[in-house]
Amino acid sequence: MLLVLLLLPMCWAVEVKRPRGVSLTNHHFYDESKPFTCLDGSASVPFDQVNDDYCDCKDGSDEPGTAACPNGSFHCTNTGYKPLYISSRWVNDGVCDCCDGTDEYNSGIVCENTCKEKGRKERETLQQMAEVTREGFRLKKILIEDWKRAREEKQKKLTELQAGKKSLEDQVELLRTLKEEAEKPEKEAKDQHRKLWEEQLAASKAQREQELATSAFQELDDDMDGAVSVAELQTHPELDTDGDGALSEGEAQTLLGGDTQTDAASFSDRIWAAIRDKYRSEVLPTDLPSPSAPALTEPKEEQPLGPSQPAEEEDEEEEETEEEEGGEEGEDEDSQETPPPAGPPQTVSPTEEDKMPPYDEQTQAFINAAQEARNKFEEAERSLKDVEESIRNLEQEISFDFGPNGEFAYLYSQCYELTTNEYVYRLCPFKLVSQKPKLGGSPTSLGTWGSWAGPDHDKFSAMKYEQGTGCWQGPNRSTTVRLLCGKETVVTSTTEPSRCEYLMELMTPAACPEPPPEPPASGNRDEL
Amino acid sequence: MDAAEKISVEDEAVDKKIFKDCSKIAFYRRQKQRLSKKSTYRALLDSVTEGKESTRFQIINEAAKVPLLAEVYGIEGNIFRLKINEETPLKPRYEVPDVLTSKPSTVRLISCSGDTGSLVLANGKGDLKCHITANPFKIDLVSEEEVVMSINSLGQLYFEQLQIPPKQRATKENEEDTSDDTTQENQEELGLWEEKFRNFVDVKDNGPASIGLDFSLHGFEHVYGIPQHAESHQLKNTSDGDAYRLYNLDVYGYKIHDKMGIYGSVPYLLAHKLGRTLGVFWLNASETLVEINTEPAVKYALTQMGPVAAKEKGRSQTDVHWMSESGIIDVFLLTGPTPSDVFKQYSYLTGTQAMPPLFSLGYHQCRWNYKDEHDVKAVDAGFDEHDIPYDVMWLDIEHTEGKRYFTWDKKRFPNPKRMQELLRSKKRKLVVISDPHIKIDPDYLVYAKAKEQGFFVRNHEGGDFEGVCWPGLSSYLDFTSPKVREWYSSLFAFSVYQGSTDILYIWNDMNEPSVFRGPELTMQKNAIHHGNWEHRELHNIYGFYQQMATAEGLIQRSKGKERPFVLTRSFFAGSQKYGAVWTGDNTAEWSYLKISIPMLLTLSVTGISFCGADVGGFIGNPEAELLVRWYQAGAYQPFFRGHATKNTKRREPWLFGEEHTRLIQEAIRERYALLPYWYSLFYSAHVASQPVMRPLWVEFPDELETFSVEDEYMLGSALLVHPVTEPKATVVDVFLPGSSEVWYDSKTFAHWEGACTVKIPVALDTIPVFQRGGSVVPIKTTIGRSTGCMTDSPYGLWVALSTKGSAVGEFYLDDGHSFQYLHQKQFLHRKFSFASGVLINSCADKRGHYPSKCVVEQILVLGLKKHPSSVTSHSPDGKAQPVAFTYCAKTSTLNLEKFSLNIGADWKVQIQ
Repeated sequence: MLLVLLLLPMCWAVEVKRPRGVSLTNHHFYDESKPFTCLDGSASVPFDQVNDDYCDCKDGSDEPGTAACPNGSFHCTNTGYKPLYISSRWVNDGVCDCCDGTDEYNSGIVCENTCKEKGRKERETLQQMAEVTREGFRLKKILIEDWKRAREEKQKKLTELQAGKKSLEDQVELLRTLKEEAEKPEKEAKDQHRKLWEEQLAASKAQREQELATSAFQELDDDMDGAVSVAELQTHPELDTDGDGALSEGEAQTLLGGDTQTDAASFSDRIWAAIRDKYRSEVLPTDLPSPSAPALTEPKEEQPLGPSQPAEEEDEEEEETEEEEGGEEGEDEDSQETPPPAGPPQTVSPTEEDKMPPYDEQTQAFINAAQEARNKFEEAERSLKDVEESIRNLEQEISFDFGPNGEFAYLYSQCYELTTNEYVYRLCPFKLVSQKPKLGGSPTSLGTWGSWAGPDHDKFSAMKYEQGTGCWQGPNRSTTVRLLCGKETVVTSTTEPSRCEYLMELMTPAACPEPPPEPPASGNRDEL
Repeated sequence: MDAAEKISVEDEAVDKKIFKDCSKIAFYRRQKQRLSKKSTYRALLDSVTEGKESTRFQIINEAAKVPLLAEVYGIEGNIFRLKINEETPLKPRYEVPDVLTSKPSTVRLISCSGDTGSLVLANGKGDLKCHITANPFKIDLVSEEEVVMSINSLGQLYFEQLQIPPKQRATKENEEDTSDDTTQENQEELGLWEEKFRNFVDVKDNGPASIGLDFSLHGFEHVYGIPQHAESHQLKNTSDGDAYRLYNLDVYGYKIHDKMGIYGSVPYLLAHKLGRTLGVFWLNASETLVEINTEPAVKYALTQMGPVAAKEKGRSQTDVHWMSESGIIDVFLLTGPTPSDVFKQYSYLTGTQAMPPLFSLGYHQCRWNYKDEHDVKAVDAGFDEHDIPYDVMWLDIEHTEGKRYFTWDKKRFPNPKRMQELLRSKKRKLVVISDPHIKIDPDYLVYAKAKEQGFFVRNHEGGDFEGVCWPGLSSYLDFTSPKVREWYSSLFAFSVYQGSTDILYIWNDMNEPSVFRGPELTMQKNAIHHGNWEHRELHNIYGFYQQMATAEGLIQRSKGKERPFVLTRSFFAGSQKYGAVWTGDNTAEWSYLKISIPMLLTLSVTGISFCGADVGGFIGNPEAELLVRWYQAGAYQPFFRGHATKNTKRREPWLFGEEHTRLIQEAIRERYALLPYWYSLFYSAHVASQPVMRPLWVEFPDELETFSVEDEYMLGSALLVHPVTEPKATVVDVFLPGSSEVWYDSKTFAHWEGACTVKIPVALDTIPVFQRGGSVVPIKTTIGRSTGCMTDSPYGLWVALSTKGSAVGEFYLDDGHSFQYLHQKQFLHRKFSFASGVLINSCADKRGHYPSKCVVEQILVLGLKKHPSSVTSHSPDGKAQPVAFTYCAKTSTLNLEKFSLNIGADWKVQIQ
């Protein structure tokens, strides 16, 4: 009680006598001349049971100034600062909750009255905030105007682009027709050219085989009797068919088609084809091109890390030409690449004539004409795509929800960074948020634009970025960006309140509310 | 730390390949192999000598060249102790020091040799006897002519005597043939001098030294204890290769219903049957395996013989086979006969539960990690904002500078003292972590000092042991050395521990010890400790010593005035003397909530009353319902802490929507309302050895139906708690024991006669709690924001009448934080008794004095059949005053209101 008396002189003249813990607004419920009716109407008790440290009312309203009720509220006036309701269970619990200290009147501890100081600080902060808000709001209005203008311009540009797009489309169609027309004679000429060459190739191949067969026959025909016999064939054990390393009589005979001998003609017709792959010439033991793999892989392993052999490289280039799917033929010759990394080894034709001869003048002219038509068409198509892209972007931007008055539009296509001890955080509003280690390393996505995420009544106070990089054994990263009123646009903090859920604060004039009208002079409010 | 390492400890499911099963344990294989050969020991009774304290004699078997020395001691309080050791070992064998509170007082045993070939040792009164049979060697424990236990009746006594290593032996080769197991293959198999596991090789300089012994418990089918396992309360029969393992290991997300060893070990087993409770305390700190085989008494249903003969044969029995890797056989037989007697006998040996500071019984809020001071401030404010009481904020490893304990991360915690002042202003506390591994960093003062003084465990080669843990490469303090403990304690002095204040308390984690790249994630067994003892000898007691040194440090920093609070993950028999224990890295699944009850019951009956499980589950994200149920269960478990690992979502109580916030708030408030009861229970644990959380069989030892119950338990003797541990539960079956009991629902006041199972409908806000008729429970009627804020708030009494219309209860109070209760007897110990319509508040211990201005403001009498006509209070000065009351006939409940009598005064209330 003494404490309260001491406090009294500090109180304002307006202080009205009321039970402890009762606010001024509720004071009329507590009339000491009448029994007290609980504020919820649940009971009525003699007035001397108010604040008698025993809980009578279900709502705790008979004990606003003691800790007797589990659900009561204690009101601190906090003169010089803001009034406050605290849980009445915190009354006299040894912790100073009210800045005026009135909640601790009987717990043995003395609470300093810090309301004045808090009030002063609060006023300063409020003043600062008001200043920021005023300035921010002024900037916001400019931003709104800017966007209005920019939007109109963009709209205009969009209309232009849409008009331009139509004529571009027509042009593309025209060029497509021209291209197709030019490609027809080109194709015919090229097909003709290829066909001729392939025929030539086949003929020369057949001739080569014939020559090989003939020379083999001559080699085999040891007794020069114009026929190859079983015995003669047996001098070539490499022709062994059962894998025992020797060519038996029976095997030889089988090779000779059941006969005991064969003449040159039937040798080259029937037998040569069956033995050619195994046959080793007596003159040039390894001359025959082999279709099997070892020939190709073995030398590779043995090769020292010296200069590569150009001949072999050429061979392999050759091989690729043949392999290439027959698709686009035009530029193929130019686009050949160095050795193919994989693919089964193929029969390699070593001779020069295997290369397709250059196109004749007429064909080349067709090709050139077609190419030109193609280039023109592609160019037109590209510009159409560009225009379409611009249209899409513009449409997207114009229709984007940039806030009630488009005040947030200026953030579009901007990025803001915040550097902390470890990371550089990057916010590109309406696009993405990322985090990059300061000391190098690749950035981690903390989410891409999702939606406005403020509470229903204040939707534009926060943004949500979702589906960032997944966390190890956790969710995908996501970021909430809280928008705060400020004079400048700047990311002020980034935290990770829950694992992989980031919280970023962005100051922007666009978040500034309309300030209340200038206060008249000063000191109008009691409580502050 | 690299990613691979992280994965190794954070992998959700425990990789059991990292850990051994019995088949990978060489001494287990050796004992199994040898025992199958059966070579029996006999006692040389002509060698009996009676010393001042013990009776000694030799025992020998054919294989052993040298006899063993057995000693039998009688110990005060009906305890026998049996020690078996080599008479003259090559070098001393490890005998576990520092666990027994003091040298137990021996009582002289009177030897009255029976017939030849036997020796009988009796206690003074002659009601307890050890009957020693010479051949084969066997000891029967006889109580009032009933053989309750036999030792070595199965002939599993096993003792590997120390040998000279084969290398040295080779020099004097010709002496005699090394009789057995010398082939290369055998060596591999038996792991005598070297044992391989995964890519680890355990080189054993001392060779094989394992021991084993069997105990047959006659008439017993129910055995308990030997924590720590994520297993049922009642121990299960073990099958081949699946023994209960006692080997302290860091098992992240341990599997439940598994007998593998986890964080701590108490090699103490209790057995209970109608009419008798026994304890077997196997004092050995090396790796230990326990096999259990129960033969129930069901055989006579199958036999053709007459009922008498059948009964004889059908007597139930439980055989318990202990095997340890090293040390000596040192076993205490606690003869009961009641559960309460066994608790007293055990705590006589190992000490009682430390009296916790009151705040530590409140709610603890932990997370790996509260990031910075700002985070701490915000979480602290969150509790006030949502009006949820809590007492302690916790900081995990990230609060330090690079996991260097005793330091602070300067960026995140630039001003730890200011942060503690904030907590102090709300009468709250801070707990920070301090692990036994010390980062190898010459610039880290703790490391440099310890290195300089040789305070680290050494490796087999003699250098400092180095292993990987949170900070990377670390050395491990050798807490087994008294000098190291003394030094470590001194680190907690306020002047040494920068940024610490007197509201900062400590949490010892990773003290199994956990070594990330070590065998089974722990230390190599041949690391060397103080006194040149190998780590294998004392592995299970390493964590015990750290907590001991930490608690001592906290006492010392207050010049002996203040009670410490230290939470430890690893523990051993006797750890209760130093603080609290929790069940380690559990998982946010219903099954882990459910298993927390038997796990805590097991800890409780083995002396460790202050125990708890991480609320919500450490690993993973609990759904709101599980979290609520876990808070409700945790509110009724001794150590009550919410905790979550790093990669979980935030889960402060208010993050699950308003409704769930309210439910959690309710649960925590129930805890705070019951704090006077909790505190009184802890006092009883502290001075009278009675566990706080009790399995039903402890309170109802004569009721067979209670022996296997583990989904509900007693809190003290007054409250039965049956937490809801199933999702979407709408009803739980609650067993209310005791045919002469009556039980009251603590919320609805509905009552039931005992010895029945009732279906209790449950909503999400229901915590099934029942007050036993005949009890008085003291409560706080007003809940503050922390225990410190409730010091002066008033009390209430819940008086639940027995069938005879009476009730008793106790209440204990002191300053809640100092040792003055002990040194200056500044405490209040009251007794409430209700009989014949009169409730009396009287003094329970006249030695204590502690003035309290608190009043009892509410008394609730449950089970009062008759509407009273008047209620009068009689204060100490004799003044009588009428008391206002309301009576509810429907629930037979009398509510006394507007009551204001001092809790510490003698008064009575008369109901007419």
